[in-house]
Amino acid sequence: MATVIVVTSGKGGVGKTTTSAAMATGLAMRGHKTVVIDFDVGLRNLDLVMGCERRVVFDFINVINGDARLNQALIKDKRLDKLYVFPTSQTRDKDALKREGVDRVMDELRAEFEYIICDSPAGIEHGALTALYHADHAIIVTNPEVSSVRDSDRIIGILAAKSRRAERKETPVIEHLLLTRYSPDRVQRGEMLSVEDVKEILSVPILGIIPESETVLRASNTGTPVILDPASPAGRAYEDAVARFLGEQRELRFAKPERRGFLRALLGRA
Amino acid sequence: MQIFEFLFPRRTPSATVAKERLQLVLAHERAGRSGPDFLPALQRDLLAIVRKYVEATDDAIEVKLGRTGTASVLEINVELPIAAKAHAV
Repeated sequence: MATVIVVTSGKGGVGKTTTSAAMATGLAMRGHKTVVIDFDVGLRNLDLVMGCERRVVFDFINVINGDARLNQALIKDKRLDKLYVFPTSQTRDKDALKREGVDRVMDELRAEFEYIICDSPAGIEHGALTALYHADHAIIVTNPEVSSVRDSDRIIGILAAKSRRAERKETPVIEHLLLTRYSPDRVQRGEMLSVEDVKEILSVPILGIIPESETVLRASNTGTPVILDPASPAGRAYEDAVARFLGEQRELRFAKPERRGFLRALLGRA
Repeated sequence: MQIFEFLFPRRTPSATVAKERLQLVLAHERAGRSGPDFLPALQRDLLAIVRKYVEATDDAIEVKLGRTGTASVLEINVELPIAAKAHAV
């Protein structure tokens, strides 16, 4: 049976698409057949982050409306055998994701994949509700910053009330906190909420800390999920998050400032 | 000593301020979120039941959802006129 994971946050720009791309790629790297779906109708971007924007022919809405079959819309990743991208449409009709259509497509995907990652749009409107509806797990992407933490709290409340699991009174969606754009140095100086602070406020177990890193922009510039960059600290952090998601114990890296050697400190290199 | 404090004021770290503000605002928002959806309907139904037996005005019933430690408490206040007359049933 497939596992459905929604990547959500409430707030925009915190790293949902970056996280969706990295988690999906990480799961596929470990041999799990994975599809990552863009639920942000009208503002398609997952294709760019995954580097397959020129291969989009059919999209989610085409499949829902019966204009294309699922296999025609799924884009097979060129780097990884087990990885597929399901792009969304650029239509301006935000309500194009009709409940019955999405249900049908999700059932088809469940039969074919081990992991289904749903990249949610920002906000708490129709698109975000549709993205979280089918979830078994939720990765709450949060920046250590007041508005992001507040919005995460809001989306946690919505998960508990509006998901299919909540509707059917099944076991609740399993929540995971992923703290992104984390800067251990600023935390130590008392300028940024710490991982313990955010964990305490939201009371959601931590899946990972993704350090603020220039390599994330480089990755999206080139359409390469950051987890594929062996030199990227953010990539290593995502690798840890994937391992933890699969049940491995991993020490929480990047929570404390790195001890820099004398020469590196002198050169001021991060 | 005071002049030292004046020259070098010890400020609360902004992260601590952020945490306190968030805890306050979220406690408030969570309380408002937890289930008052059904309260107006419950109030209406209760009023209808009470009216089966006594005359009561629209604002005779007050329904509140509170919390004590680990349990939620549903508080219902029914206000009746002093000489509430029973309807002939």
